[in-house]
Amino acid sequence: MAASRRRPKAQTESAPAQAVSSEELLHYYREMLLIRRFEEKAGQLYGMGLIGGFCHLYIGQEAVVVGIQSALNEGDSVITSYRDHGHMLACGMDAKGVMAELTGRRGGYSHGKGGSMHMFSREKNFYGGHGIVGGQVPLGTGLAFAHKYLKDGGISAVYCGDGAINQGQVYESFNMAALWKLPVLFVIENNKYAMGTSQERASAGELHQRGASYGIPGYQVNGMDVLEVKAAADQWVNYIREGNGPVILEMKTYRYRGHSMSDPAKYRTKEEVEKMRSESDPIDQLKAKLLAGGHADEDKLKEIDREVKAIVIESAEFAQQSPEPDASELWTDVLL
Amino acid sequence: MPIEVLMPALSPTMTEGKLAKWLKKEGDSVKSGEVLAEIETDKATMEVEAVDEGRIGKILIAEGTDNVAVNTPIAVLLEEGEDASALTAAPAPAPAPAPVAAPVAAPVAVEAPVSAPTVPAAPVAEADAEEEKFFAKTTKRTVREALRDAMAEEMRRDDKVFVMGEEVAQYQGAYKVTQGLLQEFGDARVIDTPITEIGFAGLGVGASFKGLRPVVEFMTFNFAMQAIDHIINSAAKTLYMSGGQMGSPIVFRGPNGAAARVGAQHSQCYASWYAHCPGLKVIAPWSAADAKGLLKAAIRDPNPVVFLENEILYGQSFEVPDDEEFVLPIGKAKIERKGKDVTITAFSIMVGHALAAAEILAQEGIDAEVINLRTIRPLDTATIVNSVKKTNRLVSVEEGWPFAGIGSEMAALMMEEAFDYLDAPVIRVAGVDVPMPYAANLEKLALPQVDDIVKAAKRACYR
Repeated sequence: MAASRRRPKAQTESAPAQAVSSEELLHYYREMLLIRRFEEKAGQLYGMGLIGGFCHLYIGQEAVVVGIQSALNEGDSVITSYRDHGHMLACGMDAKGVMAELTGRRGGYSHGKGGSMHMFSREKNFYGGHGIVGGQVPLGTGLAFAHKYLKDGGISAVYCGDGAINQGQVYESFNMAALWKLPVLFVIENNKYAMGTSQERASAGELHQRGASYGIPGYQVNGMDVLEVKAAADQWVNYIREGNGPVILEMKTYRYRGHSMSDPAKYRTKEEVEKMRSESDPIDQLKAKLLAGGHADEDKLKEIDREVKAIVIESAEFAQQSPEPDASELWTDVLL
Repeated sequence: MPIEVLMPALSPTMTEGKLAKWLKKEGDSVKSGEVLAEIETDKATMEVEAVDEGRIGKILIAEGTDNVAVNTPIAVLLEEGEDASALTAAPAPAPAPAPVAAPVAAPVAVEAPVSAPTVPAAPVAEADAEEEKFFAKTTKRTVREALRDAMAEEMRRDDKVFVMGEEVAQYQGAYKVTQGLLQEFGDARVIDTPITEIGFAGLGVGASFKGLRPVVEFMTFNFAMQAIDHIINSAAKTLYMSGGQMGSPIVFRGPNGAAARVGAQHSQCYASWYAHCPGLKVIAPWSAADAKGLLKAAIRDPNPVVFLENEILYGQSFEVPDDEEFVLPIGKAKIERKGKDVTITAFSIMVGHALAAAEILAQEGIDAEVINLRTIRPLDTATIVNSVKKTNRLVSVEEGWPFAGIGSEMAALMMEEAFDYLDAPVIRVAGVDVPMPYAANLEKLALPQVDDIVKAAKRACYR
């Protein structure tokens, strides 16, 4: 399955989970739960008409971004597509600012001018939030170029879906990233469906091998298990940071909801979704590990639940109370 | 019959070149495909290969000769059995034929007086006093050199500025605009890309998000259609979408519009395309001073700038201020020629056409004011409106198509801001509404000519 001959000794797939501390495990649990509850709330606000337009929920995929982000350093750059709420939370962006952007309010990260798909945080090195499928891939490769140019030791994590992976610009980016040994981690979040088109109907071959002819190492990872994601990320982030060039990690994951709020997702069976939820849910799996391994008891996990719930409720209240942007904002931020 | 070897055209816009070196001497025999000589243009050095077999009877143009016009006989080849006596029968070396005879010379370039290799310094009719003082000390530079100098100076000034594009480094630029930059700044800052327009445009925008200042060269703007998603969606909109948190300080530059005889897919003006989009600045310089002062401004600007050059102008020379702090304001037009009877607006190569038209009009008693727009977006509406308040007539000139073009915008502007001052309808002189034809006569018909501008101005004056 390796797409390259160069390969560190450790095997991504068999990375030991026991090396992770209780504290870290609880951190992942909290982060994933925050995303899950936040997205559920966003879905609710959408249903109430408080969020408009497109709203792409990340429910089911939480382990991917939490695992990858845990392996990054402060100063590393992150960029993704329009299914971006989870990434922002995992980057440490404030839930209030994200939710208020969803409701199009002044307190949102883009002051209500970006919306669900377009939020940014210079402070957290989160570079969007991009609505054109695949567009973030050359942009993120450019972030990596800047890290190399500035010699700041940072890397760029570029997330894209199994739909974006068929865009030509992705391969233009792979080529330049490999050619110039740019410090970039390409994360393919393969949730099996590009909107309504399944991977089988859209993509020839294996996605993690798509960088093979450029000499980019590519691996498939169980994206429903945060520990496997974290282990793979740790291993390859170091490889990238050492100046070896890009790596592709294909995360096998699943979204429980439709492509966007307006998608009834009739292209797959209820049984399929139910099977994933009941057997592979990233949060349930980690919860079971936490309890079984004695890392936490039910009370501790309930405390985290309450804490997360409070953050989400606060963000939803803020997002409704924050005023709409002033009419004068229509004309600001067009040019500097 | 002895065969004349003619000075070849090495590119669609070449009108003359230097005969750098003869690799054969008189009396040598040559086979077809053998290299006879080396020719240098301002862009490149090329070898001249023999097409016919024979023996060099006489070399007509000595090596080292500059400014040899295309199609000038440079040698005479004797066929088998012929001897030198045949030479006397051969026609004497003709003086350099008028460029009009050159099969590949651009009809536009031929027609317009601006096609002369050097034109006078951009006349300063009503130049801003601020700008004029820089012209106290100037040097004659081609537009090509001015662009290169602008990049080099800004790269020395700010190490976050880098240049990227196809053939910009080792090849020294497809049109030699980046000549010498690799040697001075190295390959970390002058970067050859693969042929991958959407990829490197997006990569450049991503780098600009982190505060770098990329100058992205498109070999021509025709290829930027591959990349337009990143120019508009990623570069132009991010500042707004982020609520002012981050923008894209990037310059996209390269030749725009028709060159000469390169056909429909390589001859298109994108001024109105980009000018349509908020979040972009769009610049189209004419003279070498425009090119230098505006490119420096574009590189320093914190916004994404589309910088539309013109291949035919690259080789033309103008006076350029020596002062490295000569930076022109973006968003300010220049009145190149003062007049009172009709206002003519133009940008890029059409400024030269408009000035030529104004000279002809002057002979007929019409005093035209010519405005070099310099920046298309944001448009200097004040200068245009003030001019029309004086002349009461407007002719808009552009190379691009008329529908929803810059001229349409001019007409709307006049309706909105100068309606009561108009004594005649606004007249649009634009490229013909067809894909660019290849045939020399059709191409000429498709592009605005000096005479079209003269006729339009007369119509505006009811003459």
